[in-house]
Amino acid sequence: MITLYLFIFLPFIFAFIVPFLFKYLNRQVHTGWFVMIVPLAILIYLLQFIPDVASGMTYEYTLSWIPSLGIEFTAYVDGLALLFGLLITGVGTLVILYSIFYMSKREALHNFYIYLLMFMGAMLGVVFSDHLLVFYGFWELTSVSSFLLISYWYERKSSRQGALKSMLITVFGGFGMLAGFIMLIMMGDTYSIRELIANMETIQSHVLFIPAMLCVLLGAFTKSAQFPFGIWLPEAMEAPTPVSSYLHSATMVKAGIYLVARMTPIFGGSPVWFWLVSGVGVITLLYGSLTALRQTDLKPLLAYSTISQLGLIMSLLGIGSLAVYFGPGESGTVFTVAAYAALFHLFNHSTFKGSLFMVVGIIDHETGRRDIRYLGGLMQVMPITFTIALIGGLSMAGLPPFNGFLSKEMFFAAVLDVSKAGVFGLDSIGALFPIIAWVASIFTFVYCMIFVFKTFGGPYHPERLNRKVHEAPLGMLLAPILLGLLVVLIFFFPNVLGKYILTPALSSVLPMMTPSSYDLKISAWHGLNYELLMTIGVILLGGLLYVIKKKWLPAARKFPQSLSLNHLFNEGLQGAERLSASLTSRYMTGSLRHYLIYVFAFFVLLLMGSLLLFHGIQFDFSNDAIVNVFDAGLVICMIISALTVLLASNRIVAIVALGVMGYVISMFFVIFRAPDLALTQMVVETVTTVLFLLCFYHLPKLKKTVERISFKWTNLIISIAVGLTVTVMALSAKGHKLFEPITSFFENSYELAGAKNIVNAILVDFRGFDTMLEISVLTIAGLGVYVLIRQRSKRGKEHEAE
Amino acid sequence: MFETLMIIALCLLVVAIMCNLYRIVKGPSSADRVQALDSVGINIIAGIAVFSVFLHTHAFFDLILLIGILSFIGTAAFAKFLERGVVIERKR
Repeated sequence: MITLYLFIFLPFIFAFIVPFLFKYLNRQVHTGWFVMIVPLAILIYLLQFIPDVASGMTYEYTLSWIPSLGIEFTAYVDGLALLFGLLITGVGTLVILYSIFYMSKREALHNFYIYLLMFMGAMLGVVFSDHLLVFYGFWELTSVSSFLLISYWYERKSSRQGALKSMLITVFGGFGMLAGFIMLIMMGDTYSIRELIANMETIQSHVLFIPAMLCVLLGAFTKSAQFPFGIWLPEAMEAPTPVSSYLHSATMVKAGIYLVARMTPIFGGSPVWFWLVSGVGVITLLYGSLTALRQTDLKPLLAYSTISQLGLIMSLLGIGSLAVYFGPGESGTVFTVAAYAALFHLFNHSTFKGSLFMVVGIIDHETGRRDIRYLGGLMQVMPITFTIALIGGLSMAGLPPFNGFLSKEMFFAAVLDVSKAGVFGLDSIGALFPIIAWVASIFTFVYCMIFVFKTFGGPYHPERLNRKVHEAPLGMLLAPILLGLLVVLIFFFPNVLGKYILTPALSSVLPMMTPSSYDLKISAWHGLNYELLMTIGVILLGGLLYVIKKKWLPAARKFPQSLSLNHLFNEGLQGAERLSASLTSRYMTGSLRHYLIYVFAFFVLLLMGSLLLFHGIQFDFSNDAIVNVFDAGLVICMIISALTVLLASNRIVAIVALGVMGYVISMFFVIFRAPDLALTQMVVETVTTVLFLLCFYHLPKLKKTVERISFKWTNLIISIAVGLTVTVMALSAKGHKLFEPITSFFENSYELAGAKNIVNAILVDFRGFDTMLEISVLTIAGLGVYVLIRQRSKRGKEHEAE
Repeated sequence: MFETLMIIALCLLVVAIMCNLYRIVKGPSSADRVQALDSVGINIIAGIAVFSVFLHTHAFFDLILLIGILSFIGTAAFAKFLERGVVIERKR
């Protein structure tokens, strides 16, 4: 048990050692050689699982993390996880081998390998974790490490932009996925994916089923660059080529595929899931292959082809989910083949796309160019690279004798089957599936031909390349050669892979199908049928289109940039920034008067609104004391002096009126029998008056002429509203007395505190703590005033010195 | 009878305060207003005294003395401000 965790965390642990290796040993040995040990060790370790998993066993281990919240890192090894684990470590080993020769020793290799190891560990965590929240954690870690890797050459602007875009889109999807996971956890009352699968009946009847599905799919589609979220992938091509080869063709973009495959037992069988997954997949397939045609740079071409192939896998998974709908039986078995084809093509795509990216890296490395308009005729100069590119390109196009042919045939078989399925409204538009798939395959064929023959065929132009071109070193060629060999080997022996890796993976995608009910054999020759005819059609029509490409390709490339999704995204982002900036600058005026208006308006709306909403306005005048004539007179005096303050034409008048106000208030305290309050009020009033007079002396000369407060309607309305609110609230609060007041307790102040003055007893005895803090408030205010004055006078002296 | 007299006295004092207020609002010069404020203070002192008699208490006597002092201080501060523009002069 510990060993599995050790191997999953090995990349993270090793990442700590990498800087030391780089610092002390990089001069003698390229750091990559040490790093290569890590995926190799994990690969060898994972290979040991194959016999057991092939015989139907699964492994489950639990590592406690936050037990009180039920969060634990449950590692679960089944066919699907193992398939991905082997891909991650296998391609990882080859990519690091390639990077040893691709990345020069002068680069910041420690950064590179730390990010790469971080990514590898995160990806292993994603595929092996059974706990949804841990899954999400690793998922985000792949986004972060991908961000770091894309911006590896951070001094380039395009790298930073590409990294930012991929981060924005994948993290957006990741958040959506988290929401979906939380809904799933609420529905199934468990964190474990397997227990969710076991409870799928309760989940499928739950009201949150569709929202959770949409959120989870959002995560999967953004990560796997499905339409319309695929725009980050071509810009992620600014990363070093080993990164593009590893992350953006073989592993990270397949995390979304993995998620869809994992969730198929839960969500599959629902029409929404089928239409979203297969529909979006097919659209992505067509969109990716069309857009790839328009590229002249090799890496974006491969990026769009990756998008297109991911769409193919996605649509196969969607079709495979029909098997969940039909259940075990004859019609279910037909669609099981589609899911099988998805897994098969997933594996195949990793092999040939990995090698193709490495080929592009070699071309870039040896010629200094990646643009097909400058390249050509490299066949004679780089024969080995050409052979690998040919194998990969033809496999991607779906030609025999390469593995892409097999999975393309199975794909055609699946889309032909789905058009005859007769459920989910497939009768009417189901016929579109084979047509779109076929058209997209033709375009795929054409761009594969462009990729191979525009780069390697045609005349050789040494003058266009800025260095002397020669074949790449063997070390650089080793990894793509191995992948190319795998491409050919899988064509000739597909069932070895099928039996040991794909069938167990299929039984974890579709657990309800008993393995004995389907006998999946991949055969290169399966008779003369529609699939083969479709492939022949693809070759003929694609070949024709390639031959006459000069007639239509320039027109296709002229497709306006302003209509592309990328442009839409950039405009949207800029628009959002502009909108928020203008919105912010509209209400954040910097004027305190405006902010006070917001505060008071909010105050009135909230309090008055809630008073009205909950019918809180109740006046009760029954217990009120009788108002004397002189009380009324004093109130009138107060009103007059308050109005005088408002309407005063100069400041002295306002101060004097304020003084009258203070005197009358102290008179009120007397009438309401509060001698201590009246005393304090008088002192404070006088001191404030003196302070005001002090301030007036320091007012700037210019403003002294300002006569009266200028009149504004909004201010009047708001001030009246605030006054009304407070009055209504005070009057209603008086009528809503719920409990007896506790004054009777304080009336015993002589027995309890030895004081005849209740107010003072409360201040220093019963509630002495408040008094202490108020004293400290006064102290702070005093110190503050002192400091302010001292600072001002100091600065004044500095000014004089200047 | 006694209480009625006291209330009448209080009412008269309030009327006096109102008259002072008229001077404060209307008063052509600042000096008039400050004078009126001082007078309000004195009226308040009288009011408190009458009210203490009315309530039969001597709790407010401190207040009477205090207002006496403070209204003087306030008036003096105003006077100084009007005369010199400063309340507290610095010794240079």
